[in-house]
Amino acid sequence: MKNPYLPYPVRIEETVIETEDRNIKSFKLAFLKEEDCKAFDYTPGQFAQLSVTGKGEIPIGIASSPTEGDHLLFTVNKMGVVTTALHNLSEGSIMGVRGPLGNSYPFDKMKGKDVTIIGGGYAFTTLRSTIVYMLDGKNRADFGKITLIYGARTPGMLLYKETLEEWSKRDDISYNVTVDRDAPGWTGRVGFVPAVTEQVAPSSENAIAVICGPPIMIKFTLPVMVKLGFTPEQTITSLENRMKCGIGICGRCNVGPEYVCKDGPVFSMAQLKEMPQEY
Amino acid sequence: MEYMRLNKKNLAAFIEELKQKCEVWGPVKEGDQVKFAPVSNVSDVDLEQFKNTTMSPKEIFFPQSEIMLSFKREGEGANIYRDEQSVPSKKAIFGIRPCDARAFRILDMIFKNDQFADNYWLTKRDAVTLVGLGCKEPCSTCFCTSVNSHPFDETGLDVMVTDLGEHYLLRVLTKKGRELLAGSHVLREPSEANIEAYKTVRKNAEDAMTVQFGTDKVNGKTVLELFNEDYWQRISEPCLNCSTCSYVCPTCHCFDIQDEVFREGGQRIRNWESCMSWIFTVHATGHNPRPGKKERVRQRFMHKFKYIPMKRDGEIGCVGCGRCVTMCPVNIDVREVVKQMNS
Repeated sequence: MKNPYLPYPVRIEETVIETEDRNIKSFKLAFLKEEDCKAFDYTPGQFAQLSVTGKGEIPIGIASSPTEGDHLLFTVNKMGVVTTALHNLSEGSIMGVRGPLGNSYPFDKMKGKDVTIIGGGYAFTTLRSTIVYMLDGKNRADFGKITLIYGARTPGMLLYKETLEEWSKRDDISYNVTVDRDAPGWTGRVGFVPAVTEQVAPSSENAIAVICGPPIMIKFTLPVMVKLGFTPEQTITSLENRMKCGIGICGRCNVGPEYVCKDGPVFSMAQLKEMPQEY
Repeated sequence: MEYMRLNKKNLAAFIEELKQKCEVWGPVKEGDQVKFAPVSNVSDVDLEQFKNTTMSPKEIFFPQSEIMLSFKREGEGANIYRDEQSVPSKKAIFGIRPCDARAFRILDMIFKNDQFADNYWLTKRDAVTLVGLGCKEPCSTCFCTSVNSHPFDETGLDVMVTDLGEHYLLRVLTKKGRELLAGSHVLREPSEANIEAYKTVRKNAEDAMTVQFGTDKVNGKTVLELFNEDYWQRISEPCLNCSTCSYVCPTCHCFDIQDEVFREGGQRIRNWESCMSWIFTVHATGHNPRPGKKERVRQRFMHKFKYIPMKRDGEIGCVGCGRCVTMCPVNIDVREVVKQMNS
């Protein structure tokens, strides 16, 4: 019988320290077995459980896009037991990946519409996946105007600097990357994400907005979205809760009747309105 | 419906017959407790005095601690998790109470959802034939009739046994049940009078179990209406968050997964866990979405009486066995809680 708890073995191909505080690291992973790679069929917004033997598992959003090929990318903030162990692994190490898990961003609803992506801090991983996916040659025509608003405390805390650089040169994405305060050498926008969102003012007509970031950013961005005319149905976010099984059984990540791991992590603000705030 | 009759004098011979086919488990006395265990000697099983086991029999399929995977940390194949599923032995479980069998059916729905199937639960479950024992005399803490069940509920059972004094009447409910009983030399065709007697015993038991509360208003209210009620503070006040209710409960199924290391290798293990514990939901950042006992006590009752019914076609996540009522050290009574939820 198929075992949904058995991780696929993967090799760490490359690690990148993403931020100036050296606390956030990206891991590029390659499957050891061809059949596992084929079985791992994912859509942006999904996550996976990363395993380090002897330490355990942690749920992490998938930062790569399926359009980028066979490798997977995960960006991990060093925080607890498993993430610390993961940060200590070197290139070439073997670890485990279990997934893909959870739902994804609602691409069926996003097709044919303008898409605004609003991110803050290190909650930008599955948003990276989403943008790469939408900008891919095969998919770009499926979406209207794509607007990116992404903020970090300092330029050194922005993730995926090379990818951001590429996007900034494209004419098919409105690129708005901001930092909280002016910094030496920074020539881009300065200001908090809610204020920048108000300035950029993406249209809510035939549009979907996806917002991920720290709670404080979401709290102040949501009223701006309402002002811009985005309904709760048009506003999408992704939740996190402590998880173990990742498949809707072990019972801890629920928010009301919904399991973040299986029924989420992606929910619309309309759904969240009906659910208790246990996240 | 097929019926068979077993003279109580032949119980030992019957168990021996079953043992030729598979392992036979029954309610066996262990110290001052009764638990389901392999029946080595039929005299260890006292069905006359048996009410129910102290712990729920869920551990047969969902052990308190279970090895899921293993790994080596050095040498060839290091750091690759290996599957440790074993092929479970075939078992007949004799004397299971209808409430506990119904709980297995509820857990079947939880361990196999619309997308994933928990192989550890399912393989053990598939290997078992459940022979139930109808409840002639419910305990004072039982409330199965208030949660869509009754003392002769056949949900989840393969055979239902009814005590008729001198005889047992066996009602065959599934193909698995028929296969278990096939070829027996001690089972007899029951008389009409036996079947009538069974119906009377059943009716008397059902009549004796009056419905103590309804759940209609719980179903009618929204999640947030119930969630935001003031009574959760009062209900949770005496709770110690000791988790006893979860561990004795036949439908509580939450678990933790941990890696354990021993020398060059290790194992990934799952252990029972409880929503009563703060660590159950705490994030790595220290943020806890259910920070206090009010939130945790509310979660346990909401899960059983609101969330599970919403997600599983109205099935209530409680079978009325009353173990939590008996075992709670501060006398939190689920019946009183649901009465408030349904007010």
